[in-house]
Amino acid sequence: MAGPAVLDVNNVEVVYNRTVQVLRGLSLQVPEGEIVALLGSNGAGKSTLLKAVSNLLSLEDGDVTAGAIRFRGDDIASLTPHGLVRRGLFHVMEGRRIFEDLSVEENLTAATFALTGRKLPAADFDLVYSYFPRLHERRKGLAGYLSGGEQQMLAIGRALIARPSLILLDEPSLGLAPKLVEEIFAIIARINAEQKVSMLLVEQNAAVAFAVANYGYILEMGKVVIDGPVEKLMRDQDVREFYLGLGGAGGERSYRDIKHYKRRKRWLS
Amino acid sequence: MDTLFLAEVTLAGLGAGALYALTGVAFVLIYKATRVVNLAIGEILMLGGYAFLGFAAGLGLSPWLALPLAIAAGGALGWLVERALIRPMLGESPISVFMVTIGLGSILAGVVQLGWGADPLRLPEFMPSTPVFIGEAYLAPKVAIGFVAAAVVIGLFLALFRFSRGGVALKATAADQGAAYSVGIDVPRVFSVAWILACATAAGAGVLIGAIGGISPTMGVFGLSVLVVVIIGGLDSIAGALVGGLLIGLVEALAGAFLGGEFKLVVTFALLLVLLMVRPYGLFGTHEIERL
Repeated sequence: MAGPAVLDVNNVEVVYNRTVQVLRGLSLQVPEGEIVALLGSNGAGKSTLLKAVSNLLSLEDGDVTAGAIRFRGDDIASLTPHGLVRRGLFHVMEGRRIFEDLSVEENLTAATFALTGRKLPAADFDLVYSYFPRLHERRKGLAGYLSGGEQQMLAIGRALIARPSLILLDEPSLGLAPKLVEEIFAIIARINAEQKVSMLLVEQNAAVAFAVANYGYILEMGKVVIDGPVEKLMRDQDVREFYLGLGGAGGERSYRDIKHYKRRKRWLS
Repeated sequence: MDTLFLAEVTLAGLGAGALYALTGVAFVLIYKATRVVNLAIGEILMLGGYAFLGFAAGLGLSPWLALPLAIAAGGALGWLVERALIRPMLGESPISVFMVTIGLGSILAGVVQLGWGADPLRLPEFMPSTPVFIGEAYLAPKVAIGFVAAAVVIGLFLALFRFSRGGVALKATAADQGAAYSVGIDVPRVFSVAWILACATAAGAGVLIGAIGGISPTMGVFGLSVLVVVIIGGLDSIAGALVGGLLIGLVEALAGAFLGGEFKLVVTFALLLVLLMVRPYGLFGTHEIERL
């Protein structure tokens, strides 16, 4: 991997409500300037990992019980969630979580609090509008009336305002039409290249995630089961079958083929 | 019917209503930011009145110095309460937090009784006493001053929420705490500021109300009428507190004048009952259910 890691997650375990263990010794790195994809089925712990990194777990009664998470060398355990944002770690949460009864512009204003205490020039709304011209057209309107795609643009726009060095993106494709997904991922790749922002991208849609990412991790039951550069993952038989929906050499397979499931099960143990 | 009398009652009602609205705004501010139903708001208001008395009569300060000091004392109390009582209760069930505020109210009323005794007291006179006439209708000068002060403060709050960055932080925190954290808003600080502003406002209202009707340890009952005001207006709406306050003030004054003083509360609560059947979230409240 090139460059030092912006984010270093080491053997992390997360327990919700002191009873339910979700992450079981998970480790991963995000190198400077790269996009790392994190794939996995529902309940694998992808969103939990992101919340652990941005220190928002406590809002849901979750705890990091073991391991360490370092953002640019600092242990995040001692930092507040807003403190982390102000150091340049921005979490675009699952389901977009825009402020629906605020206008588009006020949503961006809210994100300017991420600049508090940093020696940076004033917030650049025009930068957001240059990536997302549609937000400019609707800047005075209530964010709740935006379409799903525009809301996702606004969520990413808030991240741009905060000038982060790392963005955690939680399923930006959620509930969007394929055409919009393509558009948004193209912009994500542009932001990564032009703004020099590293990204940790959580996705269910492996094909679009691999199209922009350099490196990938696959999560099952709170553990990394496969990882590697995207080109290598794309060639992996299991990944092709389970995540990219591409059959093996023999064309389409029958659901009756029981070995299919056996191979999958091997990962769980 | 005598229109002059009606006009005077209406004016007095609006004057009282403005103070309801002001205290209602204090209540709404806390509820909006922190989702805490603060039943101690009446007692915090009372404490504002007593603090003014303490500074003006006890320490012999000029009333114009005692007034800001009383408001500051209210703010300090708000800061302390949020830090010491409310923040540790974060994430507990709303009813536990609600009970904490009831307890706080009783403690404040008790403290005041220990310090100043249980008898009603008068605040030193500090407002001009030239009678105010609007047209031919007479309005007690203190009520007029109370109305103007309340209008100015509520107007300031409305402008603050609409146009300032701090207002955006408050609205964002009210809408979605997790998302507010995720964009870099210092959520605990927003809580703190909301409590400080609200309790300072309540203390100021306490001085105005005390100047009109005197202060006593049972003044906290005023908080109950304010609860009616904010339920009618909608728990999380500043505009609702404004409209609800004026409405309740007016209804109480008219009922008092035409039906007799004992009907004041009957009419108010009957109005509350009918309104809740038609609009369960109040006039301007967000449609969601809070169970207490």
